[in-house]
Amino acid sequence: MIAEFGHFALLLALGIAALQATVPLLGAARGRVRWMAFGSWAATAQFGCLALAFAALTQAYVRADFSVLNVAMNSHSLKPMLYKVSGVWGNHEGSLLLWVLVLAFFGVLVALFARNLPAALKARTLSVQAMISVGFLLFMSLTSNPFMRLFPPPPEGRDLNPLLQDPGLALHPPMLYVGYVGLSIVFSLAVAALIAGRADRAWAHWARPWALLAWSFLGGGIALGSWWAYYELGWGGFWFWDPVENASFMPWLIATALLHSLIVTEKRGAMAGWTVLLAILAFAFSLMGTFLVRSGVLTSVHAFANDPDRGIFILLLLTVAVGGALALYAWRGGAMSTGIAIRPISREGAMALNNLFLVTAAATILLGTLYPLFLEVMSGEKITVGPPYFNRTFAPFVLVLAPILAVAPLLGWKRGDLPTALRHLRVALALALGTGIAAALIIDGRSVMAATGLGIAAWLFAAAFHTLWLAVRPPTRRGEAVRRHLYRLWLRLRALPPSRWGMTFAHAGIAVVIAGVVGAGSLATERIAAMRPGNGVMLGDLEFRLERVRTVPGPNYQAERADFTVYDATGHQVATLSPERRRYHANGQSTTEAAIATRPLYDLYAVISEPTEPGLYGVRLYRKPLAVWLWLGAGMIVAGGFLSLAGRRRPGSGAFDGERPGHGEKNP
Amino acid sequence: MTRRLLLLLPLLLFLVTAVYLARQLLSGRDPAHVPSALIGKSVPETILPPLKAGKPGFARVDFGTRDFPADPVLVNVFASWCVPCRAEHPYISALGRLEGVALYGFNVKDERKAALDWLQELGDPYARIGFDPAGRNAVEWGVYGYPETFLISPEGIVIYKHVGPLHPELIEREIMPRLRDFREGRGG
Repeated sequence: MIAEFGHFALLLALGIAALQATVPLLGAARGRVRWMAFGSWAATAQFGCLALAFAALTQAYVRADFSVLNVAMNSHSLKPMLYKVSGVWGNHEGSLLLWVLVLAFFGVLVALFARNLPAALKARTLSVQAMISVGFLLFMSLTSNPFMRLFPPPPEGRDLNPLLQDPGLALHPPMLYVGYVGLSIVFSLAVAALIAGRADRAWAHWARPWALLAWSFLGGGIALGSWWAYYELGWGGFWFWDPVENASFMPWLIATALLHSLIVTEKRGAMAGWTVLLAILAFAFSLMGTFLVRSGVLTSVHAFANDPDRGIFILLLLTVAVGGALALYAWRGGAMSTGIAIRPISREGAMALNNLFLVTAAATILLGTLYPLFLEVMSGEKITVGPPYFNRTFAPFVLVLAPILAVAPLLGWKRGDLPTALRHLRVALALALGTGIAAALIIDGRSVMAATGLGIAAWLFAAAFHTLWLAVRPPTRRGEAVRRHLYRLWLRLRALPPSRWGMTFAHAGIAVVIAGVVGAGSLATERIAAMRPGNGVMLGDLEFRLERVRTVPGPNYQAERADFTVYDATGHQVATLSPERRRYHANGQSTTEAAIATRPLYDLYAVISEPTEPGLYGVRLYRKPLAVWLWLGAGMIVAGGFLSLAGRRRPGSGAFDGERPGHGEKNP
Repeated sequence: MTRRLLLLLPLLLFLVTAVYLARQLLSGRDPAHVPSALIGKSVPETILPPLKAGKPGFARVDFGTRDFPADPVLVNVFASWCVPCRAEHPYISALGRLEGVALYGFNVKDERKAALDWLQELGDPYARIGFDPAGRNAVEWGVYGYPETFLISPEGIVIYKHVGPLHPELIEREIMPRLRDFREGRGG
C-alpha cells in the first residue's frame, strides 16, 4: 500500500514539475508577479512529494518488504540496518529517486533562501530546474520505476553486493549527487541569464555559492569514492581512470574552472560569456556521466544498468537539455559579453589561463574515455584506453597548473606585477628546490618525475601559506615590541575573511594531494609471496611476519583472517595487520578485506588470497608513501570550499579576494 | 563571423558526440564482448598428443599453409563434464560429415577415461583429437569457454571463433557462408 502511495507521490511530483517548468517562465516573459511567485510554491510542493516517495521506498527497505521488486533484487533480511537504508540508493532505480529528490531539494533552497534574487531570474531558474526534473521523472515513470511490485513475493531478497556494504560507500552517492545537482542550479541560472540576455556581476554573485557548494560536495564525493576503492577493493590503488570515475572527475574539473570564472565575472564583470558556457558544460558533463553509467554503452566496474532502452532515453534527455542549452548559447551567448578586456598578466589573466588548462584537461579525459566507443562505431575495432594514456596526458596539466596556482593570488586585479610576485615567492621556490633535491636523494633518483612532482607540491604549499602571510603581516614599526607586533598580527588574522582561508586551504590542499599521488602512486613498493603461518618476508627494510590464520564469523558472512606483525630494521614492532577473506551467506560471494596501517609518512597494506594448497596463502604487501596525504589534502580542498562559502558577503561591501599583498585591511 | 562560429562550436561538438553515442547504443553491440585476439593470425604452434589409440592428435603441420593449402578445419573444444557440449554434439557430428572440411576435436581439462566414455556414448565425429588435460595448450588458443569452435582457413589462418554451443541457425549464418567462400577460392 505504501509503495503505491510512493508511486503516486512520484507521479504527482511529475505533474507539479511540469507546471513549474512552464508557468514561472511565462510569468517572467510577461512580467506577471503571481505567475513568477508560483515557481517557489511549486518547488516546495515538488520536494514534499518526492520526500514522501523517498520515505516510502526507504520504508520498504527497512521493513524488508520483498513484495517490492526493487527491494527483492537489492536487499536481504540479514543486512545490517545501515546498509538496508543505504541500499535504497545502491541500485539504478533507487539512485535515480535520490537524484530527483536532491534536484527538488535544491529547488526548495533557491525558493526559500535566494531572497535577493530578482523575481524574473528566480522564476526562470526554477523553471529550468523543473524542466530537468520533468526529464528525470518521466524517465523513472516510463523505464525505471522503483515501486514495481513482485508477485508472489519471494521469501528472501537477493542481497546487495557485499562490496557496497560499507559506510564510506553508503555516503558516496549522496555526496556526489549533491555535487551533480548543485551544478544543475548553476546551469539553470546560466540558461536563465541567456534567456534574459545578460550575465552581470550581480548574477555571478548569486551563482557563486551554488557553484561552491556543488564543487565542494562533488570533490568530497570523489575523494570518498577513491578512499573507498583504496581500502575496500584490495588492489592497493586509489584511482583507475575507470569511465565512471572519469565521469565524476570531468565535471569537477569544469566546476573548478567555473568557480574561478565566476570570481572574475563577479569581481570585474569580465568573461561572462565564458562563465555561462562553463556552467552549461559542467552540468552537461554531469549528465554525460549519468548516461555512461546507466546506458550500458561502456563497460566499467561501476556500471549500474545495462539496458539500451534506458540508454536511449537518457541520451534523449541529454540531447534536449545540453543541446538546447548550447543552442541557446550559440544564439544568445554573444550578448553576454560586457566588452571588458583582460590583460594577460593579471589576476583575471591567470584565472583565464587556469580555466583554459582545466577545460583542456577535462577534454583530454573525455577523449580517452570515449575513444574506444568512437573507434568501435567507426571501424568495429575494440581497444581499451587505460591508465597509461590518462596518467601521461593528465600529469603535464597538473605540473603546469600548480605554478599558476602558486603565482596567481599574488597578481593584482586589472594589472599584475609578475616580477614582484615571483620575488615574493623566492622563499617558497627555495623550499621547493630543497624538497625536490632531498626527495631525489631519498628515492635514489629512481624517478625524476616523482622528485619534480614533490618539489612542485612543496612550492605550491609554501606559496599558498606565504601568500596568506603577506596579506596579514603587519608593517614593521621602528622600536616596536615583539609582543605588540604579534598582537597586531593576531588582529589581522582574525580580521581575514573566511574566503581568504578558503583559498589558502584549497590551494595548499591541492599541493598535499599532488604529494600523495606521487608518493602512493609512483613511489609505492610491493611484494607478492606465498606464505605459511610463521613465515616472514621482507619489503624494503620492513619484515612482515604471518603469525596465524583463523576463522572468524561475521553478521552475514564467514571470514578467514590472517594476522601479520610488521617489524622495522631495528626489530621494533611497527604495526599489526589483519586482512580477511569473507564469504557471504546469501549468495556465496567472497570478497577480500585489505588491512591498512596508516602512518603519517606511509601506509602499510596487506591482502590475503585463497590458499593454493592448505596452509599456503597468497599474500600481497605494499608500502605506500604519503598515502594518507591524499585524504588529508582532499579534506583541505573541501574545507577550503566550505570556508569560502561561509565567508559570503553582500555585493558592494568590497571585501572580495582583491587585496594585493601587503594590504590586509578591507577596502572601504 | 568567427565569433558566431566559436559560439556554435560547443553545440556542434556535442551533437557529433551524441551521434556516436546513439550509434553505439542502437547497434546492439555488447560492450563486454571481447573478440578473439587470434582472428586473422596463423594457427598456434601447439603440439597436441592423441586422446585415443588409433586416432592421431594434431599440430601445426596438420593444417594448411599459404604455400601448401589444405582443407579448411573446424576445431571443436569439448570436455566430458561440459553440458552444452552434449547439446551441440549432433550438429558437430553433422559438420563432421561435410565434404571438403576436416573436423578436429580438442579435449581440454578432462580425464582420458571420462572423455573416451563420452565419445563412446555419443559417437566420435572427429578426424583427429588433441588431448590437453592441463589446459596449457588451450591457453595458446585463447580458449576460455566450453564449448568453443574455431574455423581455420585453407591457409591455416584462424578465421572465426564461436564461444558457446553451435546450433543450426548459427552454423547457417556464420560457418556455411565462410566454407562456401573457401570452396570458391575467396576465403583465407
